[in-house]
Amino acid sequence: MNDALLKTIFGRLTWESFPLHEPILLVTFIVVILLGAGIVGAVTYFRLWGWLWRDWFTSVDHKKIGIMYIILGIIMLLRGFADALMMRAQQAMAFGANEGYLPSHHYDQICTAHGTLMIFFVAIPLVVGIVNFVMPLQIGARDVAFPFLNNLSFWLTVAGALLVMVSLFVGEFAKTGWLSYAPLAGIEYSPDTGVDYYLWALQIAGIGTTLSGINMVATIIKMRAPGMTMMKMPVFVWTALCSNVLVVAIFPALTVAFMLLMLDRYVGTNFFTNDLGGNPMMYWNLVWIWGHPEVYVLILPVFGIYSEVTSTFTGKRLFGYSSMVYATVVITILSYIVWLHHFFTMGSGASVNSFFGIATMVISIPTGAKIFNWLFTMYRGQIRYDLPMMWVIAFMLTFVVGGMTGVLLAVPPADFVLHNSLFLVAHFHNVIIGGVVFGLFAGIIYWFPKAFGFHLDPTWGKVGFWGWVIGYWIAWTPIYIVGLMGVPRRVNYIEDASLQPYFIVAAIGALIILVGILGFVMSIVMGIVKRDKLRDVTGDPWNGRTLEWSTASPPPAYNFAFTPMIHDLDAWYDMKSRGYERPVEGYRPIHMPRNTGAGVILSALALVFGFAMIWYIWWLAAVALLGLFIVAIGHTFNYNRDYYIPSEDVMQIESQRLQALKSAGA
Amino acid sequence: MSSLTRDKETEPVIWHPVEEEGHGHGGGATLIGFWIYLMSDALIFAALFATFGVLSTNYAGGPQPKEIFDLPLVALNTGLLLISSITFGFAMLEMQANRIGGTRLWLIITALFGVGFIGIELYEFSHLIAEGAGPQRSAFLSAFFTLVGTHGLHVTFGLIWIVVLLVQIAQRGLIVENQRRLICLSMFWHFLDIIWIGVFTFVYLLGVLR
Amino acid sequence: MRHFPLKSPLGATRLIALLLLLPALAGCSGDVMFPSGDIALQQRNLILISTGLMLLIIVPVMVLIVWFAWKYRKGSGAKYDPKFHHSTGLELIIWSCPLLIIICLGALTWSSTHLLDPFRPLDRISAGKPIPPGTKTLDVQVVAMDWKWLFILPEQGIATVNELALPVDVPVRFLLTSTSQMNTFYAPTLAGMIYTMPGMRSMLHAVINKPGESWGYSGNYTGAGYSHMRFKLRGLDQAGFDKWVADVKAAQGTELTLAKYVEMVKPTTKDPVVKFPTVAADIFDRIVKRCVDPSKPCLADAMPHGGSHGGGQMIGNKPVPALEKAPEDKGTGPNVTKPADPKVAPGQTAPGHQHNRAM
Repeated sequence: MNDALLKTIFGRLTWESFPLHEPILLVTFIVVILLGAGIVGAVTYFRLWGWLWRDWFTSVDHKKIGIMYIILGIIMLLRGFADALMMRAQQAMAFGANEGYLPSHHYDQICTAHGTLMIFFVAIPLVVGIVNFVMPLQIGARDVAFPFLNNLSFWLTVAGALLVMVSLFVGEFAKTGWLSYAPLAGIEYSPDTGVDYYLWALQIAGIGTTLSGINMVATIIKMRAPGMTMMKMPVFVWTALCSNVLVVAIFPALTVAFMLLMLDRYVGTNFFTNDLGGNPMMYWNLVWIWGHPEVYVLILPVFGIYSEVTSTFTGKRLFGYSSMVYATVVITILSYIVWLHHFFTMGSGASVNSFFGIATMVISIPTGAKIFNWLFTMYRGQIRYDLPMMWVIAFMLTFVVGGMTGVLLAVPPADFVLHNSLFLVAHFHNVIIGGVVFGLFAGIIYWFPKAFGFHLDPTWGKVGFWGWVIGYWIAWTPIYIVGLMGVPRRVNYIEDASLQPYFIVAAIGALIILVGILGFVMSIVMGIVKRDKLRDVTGDPWNGRTLEWSTASPPPAYNFAFTPMIHDLDAWYDMKSRGYERPVEGYRPIHMPRNTGAGVILSALALVFGFAMIWYIWWLAAVALLGLFIVAIGHTFNYNRDYYIPSEDVMQIESQRLQALKSAGA
Repeated sequence: MSSLTRDKETEPVIWHPVEEEGHGHGGGATLIGFWIYLMSDALIFAALFATFGVLSTNYAGGPQPKEIFDLPLVALNTGLLLISSITFGFAMLEMQANRIGGTRLWLIITALFGVGFIGIELYEFSHLIAEGAGPQRSAFLSAFFTLVGTHGLHVTFGLIWIVVLLVQIAQRGLIVENQRRLICLSMFWHFLDIIWIGVFTFVYLLGVLR
Repeated sequence: MRHFPLKSPLGATRLIALLLLLPALAGCSGDVMFPSGDIALQQRNLILISTGLMLLIIVPVMVLIVWFAWKYRKGSGAKYDPKFHHSTGLELIIWSCPLLIIICLGALTWSSTHLLDPFRPLDRISAGKPIPPGTKTLDVQVVAMDWKWLFILPEQGIATVNELALPVDVPVRFLLTSTSQMNTFYAPTLAGMIYTMPGMRSMLHAVINKPGESWGYSGNYTGAGYSHMRFKLRGLDQAGFDKWVADVKAAQGTELTLAKYVEMVKPTTKDPVVKFPTVAADIFDRIVKRCVDPSKPCLADAMPHGGSHGGGQMIGNKPVPALEKAPEDKGTGPNVTKPADPKVAPGQTAPGHQHNRAM
C-alpha cells in the first residue's frame, strides 16, 4: 500500500506513535493492558457486565452518577499525583551539572498533564460528584431536573479523561503548560498531537461540565421541597447553586478560546497567531475569564462542605447563615471581574492593574467573613473530632495562609517580583490543597456512610489525614521560600546548587503526601473489608442536621417516599427536635426516570470523534460525527422515558427500613 | 428565625404535603433549563463578539469591510430571518389552538425562510473565499467568518430541529412533550434572531461605517 | 551571605521581615528579599508591609481557631449554647475588620501600583538620592528569543547574548519584545518581571544600585529550552561598565546583521555568551514589526490597506493547517519519550519544524 493511502486511512498514526522504543513506557503500557484485561476478565467471569451496565453505566440516578464521578476523580488523582512525584524527583536532582532524569520533552508533558488532570479530571469530577450526590437529597428532591443529561455529562467527562490517558501511550500529550497559552500552542510551535489531545479532551469534558451546570441550577431553582425558600436552603445547596451559576457563565469563554485555537490549528485562521493580525493576548484573556472563576467553582461547594461539617460536629446551627449566603453570592459576582490579575506583568497600565488588584483583595472580605463564621460556629459548641471535623481545622489553619499570600499576589508591584515564580505555584497549591482537597476529603468521609451504609475505616483515615496535612506543609513551605529567592515556575533544571536542599525537602513532603493518599485508599479498602463492623443502620450516623440524613443509608432509588415539608433551616434537625414520626402507610406509586444507554453511546462516539480529529483521520471523524447526530436525534424519538415504582414496592422498602430502625433502637 | 416558639408548637406540624399525581420533572424545569442553556450560548456569542471587537481592524494588508460587505444582500438576509421569527410565532399560535395542520404549515414556512437565510450566507461566504478574502487572510476575516459562521451553524441546527419536530408532530400530534419541544425551539429561534440583529449592527453596519 | 538592609524604613514590620527572611538567610541567596536595584527593593518593602498588614488579622484568627478548637472540644465542659447562631455586633466586627485592612491595603496598592508602574520613568536613584540633573537614561533593547536573551545597547552600538552589564546608579529604560513566544523578562534582583510579546514593545524602568552579579531568567514557559534560558546580570561601576563596553567592541565576534539575526531565530538552547561589536541600525524596530527577514512586509506597513481587492501580501512560512494537509504531509505523531536523534543538531532544520522544539 502506498503512503498516501495509508495516511488517508490512519492519518498521522504510525508505529512511531506507540512507545515501542521506550522500555519504561512499554512496560507501563503492557501492565496497563494486562490490568485492563484482568479487570475485563474478572467482570466477565463473575458475570458483572449486565449489572454494571444496567445498574451503573446507564443509570440516571443522581446518587450513582455522583459516586461514579467520585471514583473517576480518585483514579485520576492517582495518575496526577504520580506526575507530581516525577516532577518533584526531577527538581530535587537537576542542579548544577546534573540535568536530572527527565528530558525537557518528557518533563514538559508531565507538568502539563499534572495541571490539566488535577483541575479538569480530579477537582471538577470530585466537586461535581459530591454536588450530584448530596444536593438533590438536601433539597428533598427525587432526582435532578434532567436525569439523562446528568448521565451524559458524566460520560462526556469520562471521554475527556480517557483521551488524556490514551495520550500516554499513543502519541504525546501537550508540552505547553496546563492552559496551553498561544502562540506556543499554535500549530507553528506545537505541530504534534499533544495540543490536539489537550484541546479535544477538554472541549469534550467541558461540554459535559457545562451541561451539568445547567442541570444543577435548574434543579436547585425548580425542584426544592415545598417550604424550602431560598433562605432555608442548606448552605451547601447555596454554594452549589453559586458554583454552578459560575460554571454556566464561564465555561462558554473556555469553549470559545479552545474553539478558536482549534480553528487556528485546523483551518489556518489567525486568532492567536503572531502574524496576519492575530492577537495571542486575546487567548490569555478568554482563558482567564474562565480560569479565575473556575477556582471559585471548585472552592465554593467546598466551603459549603465545611459549613455542613462544622455545624454538624459542633452540634450547633451555622453561625451567621445569612451573612454566609451573602458572602457566597458576593464572591460569585466578584470572581468574574478579577481575571486580569493573572497577567499584571503584561503591561496593562497602572490604573487597570490597580482596579483588578483591589477587586481581587475585596474578595478576601467575604472569604474572611466565612472563616469567622466557622470560627463562631465552633464558639460555644461541643466539637466532636471525627475525621471530617479534623479536616476542617486543618483547612482553616492552612487556608488562611494561602489567602494571605493570595492577597499579597494581588498587589501589582509585589506581583511583579512574585508572579511566574515558585511562590505563585506554592500559593495556588496552598489554596487548592489546603482549601479544595482537604474539603473534598472531609466531604467524602462525611457522606460516605450515607452513600454505602458503612463508615470508612477511621484509623487509616487518620493516617491519610496526617499524611496530607504534614506532607502539605513540608512539601510547600520550601517552595514558598525558593519562590522568594526568585526561582521561576515550570523549570526542570536549576543552576544554583545551593537551592537543592529546599527541593529535596519538598520531595520528601511529596512522599509524605503519598502516605496520605495511600492511607485514604486503605481507609476505603479496610472500610469495605470491615463493613459489617462499621455499618450504620440509622441513616444518621453523625447526628446530622440536613435532609439527606433523614433517608436510609444508602437511600432508596426514589430518595423520599414522601416529599418532606420544610419549616426551618436545618430541616432534619427541626424534624428530630419536634418529634417527627415517620409515616407507616399511605404510600403512593413514585414516578421515576428510566435508565438509558444513550449517554454512554454518545460519549463513546465523541471519544472516537476526538481521537480521529487528533490523528487527522478525517473519514473516521466524519463517521463518528454522523453517528453522534443520528444517536442524538434518535434519542429524541424515545418518549418512553419514565416509569412508576409501584406503591407495594415502596411500602416494602420503607417497612424494611422502619424495622431496621426499630431493631437498632433509634 | 426560630420556629420553636411556643404558639407554633401547639399547632400540629405538617411534615409531608399531599403530593399531586405526576412528578418533579415537569415542563417548568425543562423551560428554565433551556433558558439557562440559551444564556450560556449567549455568552459564547458574547466571547465571539469580544474577539471580533478586538480583531476587527487587524486587516493585515487584506480587504476591509467596506470592500467586501454587500449590504443589500445582508439586508435581504436579515429580512428573511426576521420574517421567519414572525412565521414561527404563527406556528406557536396554531399550536396553542391545537391545530396540527396549521402548526406544521407555519413550521415549514419558517424552515423555508431559514433555508433561504443559510443559502444566502453560504453564497456570501463562497463569494468572499473565491475573491481571496477567506478566513485565513487576516485576523479580521477569521473573526468575521467565525462569528457569522457560528450563528449560521446554530440556524442550521435549528432547521434540523424543525424537521425532526415536523416528523414527531406527524407521528404523535401535539402531545405535551412535543408542545414543550416547540416552546424550546421557539425560544431558540427567537434567540438566534436577536443574535443576528447584533451581528448585523456591529459587524456589517459598523464595519461599513468604519 | 548578603548584607541585611538595616536602613529599612519599616520599623514596625522589621520583626516580621526577619521572620520571613530567616529561611532565606540560611540559603544565602534571597534574590527577591535582598535585591540590588531600587525598584526591586521598593517591591520587596511592599511585600513586607502588605504581609505585616495582613498578619494583623491572620495571626489573631489562627490563635482563635486553635483556642476555640481546643476549648470547645466535646467533654471539655466549656459552655454549650446551641442557640448561639446570630449576633449583629459580632457580624459587624467580622465584616469590618477585613474591610479596614483591605481599605489600607487598597490605598497602598493604588499608590504603589502607580509609583512602580514599569512604564513610568524613575524619579530617584534610591531612597533619599534623587537623579542628578543631566543624567542620561541608558536604553537597553531586549529580545526574548528561543531560547536565549539578546540585549542591544543602541547608543553604544553593541549587542550581547545572555549577558547584560549595567552601570550602577544610572537609570535604565528597557524596551522589550520577543521573536515568537510570550516570554517574561525576569530580573528578580533588579525590578521583577514584565512580559515580552512578539509584535509588541513593552517597557520597564529600573536602576541597579550595587555592583555584583546575579541571574535573570525567563519567567514564562516557552518550550523545551525554557529552563536554561537565563542571563547573567552584572552591576558595574561607571569605569567597569565603560571597560565592558570596550571589551564587547573589541570582541572578535561577528556583527549583528539582519542575516545573522534570522539565523539566530532558530531555536537553540544553552547558548554561551556572545558579543556583537556592531549592530544593524534599525534592527530592534524591525524585530518589533516582525520584518527582519527582508522578504516579509513590516506589520506597520502592512496595516494600511492599499492595492487591489483581496490582494495584499501573504506572509511566508505560515504552516499548513491540519485540514489542508495532503495525506503525505500529515507527518507522524511520534511518542516523544523517544530519545532525540543525536545526528540532527537542534535548530538545524527549518524554523517551525516540530523537531526544533522537541529537543
